Amino acid sequence: MIQSLFTPFLFQSAAQAITPILLAAVAGVICGRAGVFNLALEGQMLVGAFAAIVGSYFGHSAFAGVAAAMVSATVFSLILGYGATIFRGDPVVIGIGMNLLASGLTAYLLRVIFGVSGTFSDPGVVGLGRITIAGLAGVPLLGWAFARQSAVTWAAWALTALISVVQFRTPVGLRLRGVGEQPEAASTLGIDVVRYRIVAVLVAGALTGLAGAQLSLGAVSVFAEDMSAGRGWIAVVAVMLGRNNPLYAAAACVLFGFADAIGVNLQSHGLPNQLTDMAPYVVTLLALVITHRRRIIGAA
Amino acid sequence: MSRFSGTLLLGRERLRVRAVALAVGFAALAGAALILASGYDPLSAYAEIARGSLSLAALPDTLNWATPLVGMALAAAIPLRGGMVNLGGDGQLVIGGLIGALAPLFLPGAGAFGAAAGLILAGFGGGLYAALAAWGEVRHGVPMLISSLLLSYPAIGVTSYFARFPLRDVSTGLPQTLMVPSDARLHVLSGPLNVGSVLIATIALVVVFADRRTSGGYELRMRGKNARFAGYGGVRLGRQAVWTMSCSGAIAGLVGAIIVLGSQFRFIDGALVTPAYTWSGLMAALLANGEPVGTIAAALFFAALQTGGFAMQRETSVPRVLTLVLQAIVILFLAMRRGLGRRM
Repeated sequence: MIQSLFTPFLFQSAAQAITPILLAAVAGVICGRAGVFNLALEGQMLVGAFAAIVGSYFGHSAFAGVAAAMVSATVFSLILGYGATIFRGDPVVIGIGMNLLASGLTAYLLRVIFGVSGTFSDPGVVGLGRITIAGLAGVPLLGWAFARQSAVTWAAWALTALISVVQFRTPVGLRLRGVGEQPEAASTLGIDVVRYRIVAVLVAGALTGLAGAQLSLGAVSVFAEDMSAGRGWIAVVAVMLGRNNPLYAAAACVLFGFADAIGVNLQSHGLPNQLTDMAPYVVTLLALVITHRRRIIGAA
Repeated sequence: MSRFSGTLLLGRERLRVRAVALAVGFAALAGAALILASGYDPLSAYAEIARGSLSLAALPDTLNWATPLVGMALAAAIPLRGGMVNLGGDGQLVIGGLIGALAPLFLPGAGAFGAAAGLILAGFGGGLYAALAAWGEVRHGVPMLISSLLLSYPAIGVTSYFARFPLRDVSTGLPQTLMVPSDARLHVLSGPLNVGSVLIATIALVVVFADRRTSGGYELRMRGKNARFAGYGGVRLGRQAVWTMSCSGAIAGLVGAIIVLGSQFRFIDGALVTPAYTWSGLMAALLANGEPVGTIAAALFFAALQTGGFAMQRETSVPRVLTLVLQAIVILFLAMRRGLGRRM
């Protein structure tokens, strides 16, 4: 059974499952570095997923869908951007409120725009094309994972690398970290703390929008109510485990993505999906317990 | 921070009431804009919400809808009072619901005993599950905010599995357990109302009393204002977190059993999670900052809003999920307002 699990297909579906979590986690890392706790990743992703379907349906192209997703999620994240800074709201309360607003608003617009409830799919929705790299398919592991993936999956990894570099190797990144770690010190050096935070939240919004587009246009072109299904929360955990480092967070995302893919794979071995769907959440919880326990022992 | 602290409405609390009224007004305006933009008439939509929830004929339905909502609002308010958040209400709710449905079926002894056993065990089940999240934070440092939510998914998955496979009522094609025998159902008072509503009202009174008149309630409020101060003052924070979450989860579990034994008579997969009682309850608790009387009032308000939403959808075809949008806007606006108030 173990051998029949680790197939090229597993790696392909894992890479696909990792993409939205990774994008959301990198978004969370940016906010965390700027000193804003972003709990709204789940809602932002959902807004992105819905906007992607709307954009693709009315714009007749996947690109229009992706653009609509990024713009909508960015606009939506203005609530956190301004709410947690200028209006001095509690980011936890704002995050919970935004997640519920996203859930209600997308369900409402689903009924008003498309006249359906539950799920929406239509031949008019153009999904993300897959980039097939023939040479990769034969390479074990990494090749299996990336031989046939959407441009968003490639973008997710490229953005992770890019943001890693920006954060640790550029003046902008240094200032961003300063804003998060020592806002008063950053402020005395002439850095506009509020503006840095708002921009960080908005960039994160665009990334979660991209995550949403992968969710609704990536594998099958469909929108379902609450389809983000906890992925935003898993991303929040990845940010915690990665301690605001994009590369460590990405490692956590790989773990959760494989848990997801293995769960889906087990369904074809006859396990009911109600049980296999739990896999990523259980692995996430276990990862939290293991890493935090080590930290406590280390401190003692 | 404006919090209700005693029985009297002091200056700062009056400010809070004004902020809530402002937030509700703002949400109504934003909602009207949304209704207008989607091509409907906002005034007739709001009129239907009011008529469909507060008219004499609709009032029992509103109270029936309020029963689980007030329960879940209290479940959310108790930890919030101490500065903690229980996001795992859905998991505790389904555990309670499944236990409530199974106890009368599988425990020896019939009738009212089955119902009582179901309610009590459901409270224990929900309480234990919620305590798990608190224990994880106290002993392992796993943040409860995240773990309570993540724990919901396995609970929903496992109960769904039970309702679909080993315990499914095979005489129907639906994912649901066997019917609870009729003598183990909650006693009907009148119309849609049953003993469950009385039970929740009693719990509400107990919570208000505990909050205002017991040392436990005082210590919890103290923790909410300043946890470290409470710790220095001799409150054992770890033990308090576990007990607070247990009480919260027990109420959530009880609500699950009340829905099952009072109106659905079996555990139906998804039926406890879909109406989003947990989230509406959490929003009601956030609205009142965890203060019990305010939380109950907010939950009744949201129950009226949602019950009226059915009439609105029927009469004006504005989707009733709009009410969820309105609730979320109230909370978001209030979160900002509070900040504005603090700055001035």
